[in-house]
Amino acid sequence: MNRIEKLFKTKKKNILSIYFTAGYPELNHTLSIIRELDKSGVDMIEIGMPFSDPVADGPVIQRSSEKALHNGISLNLLFEQLARVREITNLPLIFMGYINPVFKFGIENFLHKCSETGIDGTIIPDLPVEEYRKSYEPLYEKYNILNIFLISPQTPNERITYIDSIAKGFLYMVSTTATTGATNNFDDSQMTYFKKFNDLNLKTPKLIGFGISNKVTFNQACDYSNGAIIGSAFIRSLDENGPLPEIIHRFIGQIRD
Amino acid sequence: MNETFISDKNGYYGEFGGAFVPEMLRQNVESLRAVYYNIIESAEFKKEFNMLLSDYAGRPTPLFFANRLSNKYGAKIYLKREDLNHTGSHKINNTIGQILLAKKMRKTRIIAETGAGQHGVATATVCALMGMECVVYMGETDMVRQEPNVKRMEILGARVVPARCGNKTLKDATNEALRDWICNPENTFYIIGSVVGPHPYPDMVARFQSVISEELLTQLSGKEGIEDPDYIIACVGGGSNAAGIFYHYINRKNVRLVGVEAAGEGVNTGRTAATISVGEPGIIHGSKTLLMQNEDGQITEPYSISAGLDYPGVGPLHAWLAKTGRADYLNATDKEALTAAYELIRLEGIIPALESAHALAALGKLNFKKTDIVVVNISGRGDKDMQAYIEAKKMFK
Repeated sequence: MNRIEKLFKTKKKNILSIYFTAGYPELNHTLSIIRELDKSGVDMIEIGMPFSDPVADGPVIQRSSEKALHNGISLNLLFEQLARVREITNLPLIFMGYINPVFKFGIENFLHKCSETGIDGTIIPDLPVEEYRKSYEPLYEKYNILNIFLISPQTPNERITYIDSIAKGFLYMVSTTATTGATNNFDDSQMTYFKKFNDLNLKTPKLIGFGISNKVTFNQACDYSNGAIIGSAFIRSLDENGPLPEIIHRFIGQIRD
Repeated sequence: MNETFISDKNGYYGEFGGAFVPEMLRQNVESLRAVYYNIIESAEFKKEFNMLLSDYAGRPTPLFFANRLSNKYGAKIYLKREDLNHTGSHKINNTIGQILLAKKMRKTRIIAETGAGQHGVATATVCALMGMECVVYMGETDMVRQEPNVKRMEILGARVVPARCGNKTLKDATNEALRDWICNPENTFYIIGSVVGPHPYPDMVARFQSVISEELLTQLSGKEGIEDPDYIIACVGGGSNAAGIFYHYINRKNVRLVGVEAAGEGVNTGRTAATISVGEPGIIHGSKTLLMQNEDGQITEPYSISAGLDYPGVGPLHAWLAKTGRADYLNATDKEALTAAYELIRLEGIIPALESAHALAALGKLNFKKTDIVVVNISGRGDKDMQAYIEAKKMFK
């Protein structure tokens, strides 16, 4: 069984998934960040594959992606960095990024490398469900990699039901009509949307992402889902002064205490 | 090989096109896709659209026989004068169409991206006409080199927002506009300025611009007694003026279609925007097409003296016309474009936009017969490029 599926089978509440941008703040931080996240007790890790034109991302991830590319990260190098990642963590690992670098790498080549490396899933916002089904699904199945679908506040109910019927792993529920980025609080309309979504009783577990930055928003999200994803706020914390392990443990500690 | 040049129901021209948008944009794009065709093909819409094209934009634009240019190149050269449109370029054809559509869809806020500022000005203009809020994203680099257009947009009541990522040009402005649309899905209509972006934009924009070739059919009949020229030449950045003047001729295989991209400092110098020459298949701004990218699939920064052609992708229709060989794509360097612009200025008394000058530069690269009828699309006028022309003046005594 895929590690993502295993996680959701054994843990139903308060799942914490952390996103970081590979190659940021320093080119070779990728493994150290994964090691410390593992030690700090997160449940899942999303490794951002930087892209030159991240249209679904807000300023923080735009900036970290630009810096990471400037540092020299590439998909090839990322696979090299992760060659022995399974010696340091058993957590589910997900690649998150945009379709063009994957397309250029060659989809089968990419999934083959993912499987070799121990990557369990991908989140590719600009790969629509329809294109995935048309051209990519058999290869994902061949390599036992899960592609995670997004649901947004704009997604109509019948489409949510359709996506739920074909989804594996979990649904990535985008909290707001915005690009990625931290907020301090969810407003009433967002809470209503979370509730409405939760009441659909979907078969697939769900994590809420976008706009989660602290204990308050994490707990609010967890009330209506199996857990939540934090990205921008974590990346911003990496800019703080001090040793990386300390920063990471403090950040996760504040969410979880 | 499939040689249908109208996109299929999923927005594909052969292998190019589609709608590669994140789920957050899916509803925006889908609600547009669901209605655009029926609305723009309705009699009511066409009546209003055609009225504004004629009474507001000043169409039909003239087809001018360029006598001295013809003598120089040994062919019968006609100029399709899109530069004489209101706001100074073909861009107004599309913005009139899209804003009428936005009104039918009850949207109240308009966003747009712009490179040279021609599309931004055309959008700001129709927003003033319709009393709609207007936000235009423009790369910071372009705001400097096309400053008069920034001022024009502001005078028209638009807010011009600088894009500060990447090279700060058209690609980056497009990213910002897409992000705005993600954040404002309910009230906002995104008026894309070229035949790029997710389906239905490439098809929709081509249909709005097709008025150019529709007029050409009758104008050429009137002057030459035949509808079909031997050559049609147009510049290609995203490719909207080319799509417009090619449109009704795409299935008339005796007409040679020639697109001209911006080579910048030269196709092999790394400082270029000639996507079809140096690009490879990939996905940019919601559409699978040819694009300039490195071996890691990162989109590379284009370069051209012309802000309107400075784009690393190209409309999927053009990628398909190139792949099938239906159209030929040449390119012209900054210097060749400047030379061609000066030639038109001194031979015919017309100051073209730098973009259109690239199309003119192709005249010297083709071997014409004396009897050949050649139509060059003068997509815009050169007022916005006076600085570049003044700086180049010493080259052309």
